[in-house]
Amino acid sequence: MEFGPYLMLAMLEGAVLAAVLALMASGLSLVFGVMRVVNVAHGEFYMLGAVMAWVVTQFMMGLGGGPAVNFIAAAVLAPLIVGSIAAAADVVILKRLNYDPERVIVATIGLLYIIQQAALMGYGPDAKPVVAPFNERIALPWVAWGENGLEMYYPWGLSTTSYKLFVIVAAVVILAGLRLFMTRSRAGLVMRATQLDGEMATAFGIPVERVYAIVFGAGAALAALAGVLIVPIQQAHYLMGGDALLLSFIVVIIGGLGSLAGTVVAAVLIGMSDGIISVFFTPTLAKIIATLAVALVLVFRPQGLFGVKNR
Amino acid sequence: MTETTSKTKTSGLIQPTRRGALKTLAMGAGAAATMPLWARYTSAQSAEPIRIGFGKHATGIGAAYGRWYERTSVAAIEKINGEGGINGRPVELVTEDDGTDPRRAAEVLEKFANQSNCDVAFGTLFSHVVVGAAPRAGELKLPYFVCSEGHHVASGMLNRWTMQPGITDVKSQISAMAPFITDVLGKKVTMIYPDYAFGYDHRDNLAPAIEAAGGEIVGSIAIPPTETSFTKYFPQIPRDTEVIYHVMIGPAVLTFVKEMGEFFGPSRPEIFGFIDSLEATDLTSPGLEFLDGTYFWEGMPRYLQDDAPDYVTAYRDAVGLDANGASVSDPSDVSTSAHMFSCWETLHVIKAGMEAAGYQSTEDRQALIEAVEAMTLMEAGPAHPGGTKMFNGKTHQVFGPQYISKVEGGKLVVQKTVDYEETMYPDEVDYTSMSF
Repeated sequence: MEFGPYLMLAMLEGAVLAAVLALMASGLSLVFGVMRVVNVAHGEFYMLGAVMAWVVTQFMMGLGGGPAVNFIAAAVLAPLIVGSIAAAADVVILKRLNYDPERVIVATIGLLYIIQQAALMGYGPDAKPVVAPFNERIALPWVAWGENGLEMYYPWGLSTTSYKLFVIVAAVVILAGLRLFMTRSRAGLVMRATQLDGEMATAFGIPVERVYAIVFGAGAALAALAGVLIVPIQQAHYLMGGDALLLSFIVVIIGGLGSLAGTVVAAVLIGMSDGIISVFFTPTLAKIIATLAVALVLVFRPQGLFGVKNR
Repeated sequence: MTETTSKTKTSGLIQPTRRGALKTLAMGAGAAATMPLWARYTSAQSAEPIRIGFGKHATGIGAAYGRWYERTSVAAIEKINGEGGINGRPVELVTEDDGTDPRRAAEVLEKFANQSNCDVAFGTLFSHVVVGAAPRAGELKLPYFVCSEGHHVASGMLNRWTMQPGITDVKSQISAMAPFITDVLGKKVTMIYPDYAFGYDHRDNLAPAIEAAGGEIVGSIAIPPTETSFTKYFPQIPRDTEVIYHVMIGPAVLTFVKEMGEFFGPSRPEIFGFIDSLEATDLTSPGLEFLDGTYFWEGMPRYLQDDAPDYVTAYRDAVGLDANGASVSDPSDVSTSAHMFSCWETLHVIKAGMEAAGYQSTEDRQALIEAVEAMTLMEAGPAHPGGTKMFNGKTHQVFGPQYISKVEGGKLVVQKTVDYEETMYPDEVDYTSMSF
C-alpha cells in the first residue's frame, strides 16, 4: 500500500479508538475530578455496557424490532442500567468508606471482580455480536499526481464503514454535550462546586452525597455508552474491560486527572498514535510507547498536560 | 469446581447421630489401617469407575471450544458406558476448568492425579496450554491425551506421557492443503496467523509446503490472539497477493473475518482459511457474505454432507448437532465441529488402549501408554467418525483425512478429501525410546 492512503487508513482507525477512549476516559476523569477517587472498576462498566447492549438487542429482537430500533434502545437503556448499578454501588459501598482514596481503590478492585465474574456467570464466556444499525463499506478516494496532473482514484483497501464514521461523530457530539452540561447547566454548576470544595458546597446546602452517587453513576454510564458504541464493531466479551481500563488510565494520567479537556486531547493523542504506530509498526510497539509516555509524564509533569498543580 | 457426569448422590438428608458418627469414624479408621489389603481387593474387584480427568477450557479465550469439547466427551462416555464401559467398569468424566491458562492447566493435572484419583487426563486444546501443562503430566506420570492439533507432540517437544491420538497436527494438515492452494487458487500467498505456538506451527510449516508445491509466501502477518481490532493489520498485505491464507483464534474471530471483508470490498483475492477462524461462529452472520466462494480447511465437516455415512449421523445425533452443525436446542449455538470429534475419538482410543493393556488401576498407566503406542490403523466407524486414521506410536501423533470445503450459499460443502496417506511426513522423534 502506498504511504498516503496507508496513513489515512491508520488515522481513521486511530480516530475510532480515540473516540471510544475519549468517552470512556472522560467518565473516569469526571469521577476523579468531582469525587477524588480512582475507580478501578471503570473498565468493567464499559464491558457491562457492551453486554447490556447485547441483552437489550436480544430482548428487542424477540419483540420484532429492526437493527436500528434495537440499537437505539440499547444506546438509551444500557447506560441507564449500568449507571444505576454504579450509583447503587456508590451508595452501598463507597459512601460507607467515606471515599477514603486507598480503601476506595481496594473496594473498586473487588467490584471489578464481582462484575466480571457475574458477567461470566450470567452472560457466559463467549464473545457475542450486536448487529450495527447500518454498516456500509465506504471506499475512500485518494488524490495523487499522475500522467495527466492531479488524479483521483480508489486505492486498494482504503475504506472505512459508515458505522465507524458514526462512532466518531457520536463521540464528538456526546463530549460537546457533556462540556455544555458541565459549564452551562445548574447540575453541572453543582458538580463543579462539589469538585472545588466539598465542605463549602455542603455549607451552601448542596446534597454532596447525592451528587457523588449521581457523578459515579454518570461516569459509569459514559463508559457503558462507549461500550455500546464499540460493540457492533467488536463484540461483547466478559474480559474486554481490562485493556480498555489500562488505556483510559493512560489517557487520564497524560491528560491530567480531573481535566475534561486534557482527557479529550490525550485520548486523541493516544488513539491516533496507537492507530498509526500499529499500522506502520506493530500494536505491541504502540502499547510500549503509550506506557512510556505515561512514565515520562509522571516524572516531568506529574499533574498531566492539562492538570492543575495541587495548592 | 468439580463436576461428575454419573450421579451417585443419594436423595434425602442423612441425619447423623453422635453414636452413628463415632461408629463411622471407627470403621473409617479400621479401613485405613487395613488400607493396603483393601486397596488390592477393590482393584481386583474392579467395581470402581474409571475416572477420566477432562481439562475444560470453560473460561478464557477457549471457552467456545470447551463447551463443545465437553458435550462431545459426555456423549462419547454415554455411548461407551452404554456398551459396557471399559473392562467391565463404568467410565466417569471429571471436569475441571483450566481457564485456557497454562499455569492453571498444570494445577488441574495435579488435581486429577492427586485429589480426584483420575486414571488419565485428557481433552486440552489450546497449544500454549498443552505446552505449559504437558511437562507436569510427565512428572506426575499421568497419561495425558491432548486434542490440540499443534505440532508440539510430533515435533518431540513433549514427553512419553503425552499423546495425540484423536486429531491430526498442523504440519500434516498444511502438507495436505498446500498443493490445493497453489494448484487451484494461486501461487503468491500471504498468511495471517495468531502470534503464539499454534500460529507458529502454521508459519513454520506453510512456507516449505507452499514452496514445495511451486508457490511462494509474499507476506506473513502475526496477530496476537487477544486482539480485538484488525483493520490496522491488513495494509501489510502485499498488493500482488493472489491468495490470503488465514487462521485466527480467540473470542474476536468474527470481527477478524468481518473486517477482512470490509478491507477488501469487492476486489478480494482468493481466500483460503482454516475453519478455526470461524469455529463456533455462524457463517450467515451479517458481514460474512463476502466469504461465499472462498475455501476452508475442516478437520471434520461442520454441515451434514449428502453422502454422510450412518456412523457420522449417529455421532452427530449423539452430540446433539443439527444439519448446520449447530446445537439442536439452539440454532445460534454453532459447534466447533472441525475439532471436537477428536474428544470422541480420543476417548475411544483410551478405551481400546485400556482393554488391550488389561488396565486395572493407576499402577497400569505405563502399560496403557505402551498399548496405545502399539496402535496403528484406526478404521472409520462409530469409534472414529472423522474418518480412517493411522497412528504413529513413535511420534504419538495420529494422521487422518483432511477436508477442503467451499462456502456455497452460507454453507460449507466438501470439495475434496485428502486421505491420511498423503499427509504423512518423516518422524521427528521416537518417544518409545525415552524412559518413563
